[in-house]
Amino acid sequence: MNEAPPLLSVRNLRTHFVGEEETVCAVDGLSIDIRRGETLALVGESGSGKSVASLSIMRLLDPASGRVAADEIVFEGEDLLAKSEAEMRAIRGNEIAMIFQEPMTSLNPVYTVGEQIAEAVRLHQDASPKVALRRAAEMLDLVGIPEAAKRVHVFPHEMSGGMRQRVMIAMALCCNPKLLIADEPTTALDVTIQAQILELMRTLQQQIGMSILFITHDLGVVAEIADRVVVMYAGRAVEDAPVEAIFEQPRMPYTQGLLRSVPRVDRFADEQEPLYAIPGSIPSPSRLPKGCSFHPRCPHAAEICRRSVPELERVAQDHHVRCVRWREIEAPREVPA
Amino acid sequence: MTGAASEPLLQVRNLSKLFPVKGSPFSRTRETVKAVQDASLDVGRGEVVGLVGESGSGKTTLGRSILRLIEPTSGEVRFDGVSITALSARQLRPYRRRMQIVFQDPFGSLNPRFTAERIIGEALDTHRLARNRAERRDLIVDLLEKTGLGAAHLSRYPHEFSGGQRQRIGIARALAVGPDFVLADEPVSALDVSVQAQVLNLLRDLQRELDLAMLMVAHDLGVVEYIADRVIVMYLGRIMEVAPARALYSNPVHPYTQALLEAVPRPDPKARRSRTLLKGEIPSPIHPPSGCVFRTRCPIATTECAEVIPPLEETAPGHLKACIRR
Repeated sequence: MNEAPPLLSVRNLRTHFVGEEETVCAVDGLSIDIRRGETLALVGESGSGKSVASLSIMRLLDPASGRVAADEIVFEGEDLLAKSEAEMRAIRGNEIAMIFQEPMTSLNPVYTVGEQIAEAVRLHQDASPKVALRRAAEMLDLVGIPEAAKRVHVFPHEMSGGMRQRVMIAMALCCNPKLLIADEPTTALDVTIQAQILELMRTLQQQIGMSILFITHDLGVVAEIADRVVVMYAGRAVEDAPVEAIFEQPRMPYTQGLLRSVPRVDRFADEQEPLYAIPGSIPSPSRLPKGCSFHPRCPHAAEICRRSVPELERVAQDHHVRCVRWREIEAPREVPA
Repeated sequence: MTGAASEPLLQVRNLSKLFPVKGSPFSRTRETVKAVQDASLDVGRGEVVGLVGESGSGKTTLGRSILRLIEPTSGEVRFDGVSITALSARQLRPYRRRMQIVFQDPFGSLNPRFTAERIIGEALDTHRLARNRAERRDLIVDLLEKTGLGAAHLSRYPHEFSGGQRQRIGIARALAVGPDFVLADEPVSALDVSVQAQVLNLLRDLQRELDLAMLMVAHDLGVVEYIADRVIVMYLGRIMEVAPARALYSNPVHPYTQALLEAVPRPDPKARRSRTLLKGEIPSPIHPPSGCVFRTRCPIATTECAEVIPPLEETAPGHLKACIRR
């Protein structure tokens, strides 16, 4: 058992979007713990609520439309729900940093990358402009940008997508955050560049000792980087487990289906066997099926699944699943490699 | 008109596409983006060929140049024994029917103001494939059913469909005119994993049922492995390696193919490993490196690699590579 309290603890997070005609529940009762130094992956397809959950935790949703409620959101022993907007601003970018999918739109096109990193340093660490710019150069060097001292003077459009994502990481890490929230940070990148960025994130995590909340739809990336995994579907966590258990003994039929539907380069498709496909499509958050949201697409669905939303049940140490039938469903046999 | 049955349906020879770019107003030389250089490939009847590469590799430009949606700068495309490179728009028309395309973006490629019936019907009208309204409707319903939709979807608009359903309509439209060849340009990369598998299976089933020849452009090597008989790997406008799918994945010869496969994350935490990563980034296609375009990132490059453009040579039957070091 891990004795130290988690770095971030979220209990029963609920996020609603209020529209003119209807209110949509985007995140329904999400609870997660992120331990010190670990990488927790939040995995899901479009509409699963994974990005909304992270924005809710950071209190970055427009309060006019996104209503966030939770029993508790505790970071480093402090209740984030009780913080004022000014206090949140001091935490964001300093103790909790974020990087996003699109490094072009996340950078300001009219400032050099050095100025943008230096701004973060000055805001949070009270450094002089000169010291801040030197720190920016150090950070660019740390994230593997060649000739960092010169590159502080270039503009974002003069860099490639991979280099811009390195700049985003440099900016995120310049204040030594305890938690990095990375929302699909490699999705827009080519695989060879993605491999470089993942490697960089792993190395920096070991150096700095930060925790990472890694949001992605890509199971391959999850296997590369995560220590623990939370799988989301239609706004709810449906399974959480250490990374090995998610891939070797997934218990939720959705997780099982997702793993089987990824075409892989390391196993040959049998010429006759079609790729497994989960039938149907992801439900719209305004028209969620009754009971288990996954039941219309589930090969194991029974009458009981239509009646009520299943609770998260404990399968093993650190492994939970939201399926009433998990005991009856055989864990998949390991597919021979 | 038709070529011998033994001849590949599609033959591309030495195709290049250069895009002029605005240079400095003081410079006299017009600079060009060398999007595709000297590409040659065949697609056999009923064969599925995967065309893979990262951004800037020229895979999309090559695909579209083959269909003459982009006019190639030089080179020749032969379809069913006939060179289509120099045909006029009018002469090209029968070939347009026989060569179709499925686009990546199921949102941008369907007219939002047309119903599914009209989207598919337009393709039939263009090539006058229905004799009357009743036959037209029957054909459309048949196509919708073939792609897993139905008559109930006829009068719906694109926004009423999910991404996967839209891609089914895009496929129905391509198949409406009875093509022999389909260019599938990243047909599943905009879709969620659970829906991607459905559309891949649909494409594979229809390809087999109709004995279609297909060139599938994709950046996802797993997707291509699943569907392709043969795979072509491109880098910075040039073909690096061509091989039967299984040979390419189990025994890649070109150092770029090896690095590309190595970089694909495996959904297996036990396979987590320190890998030899490709250093640096893809160079500018305006000034590609001399000799082998991959040499600036290649772990085994020598000075000789800067001097000669490596020819595509056979290393095993049907397995070609453009590398003088392997």
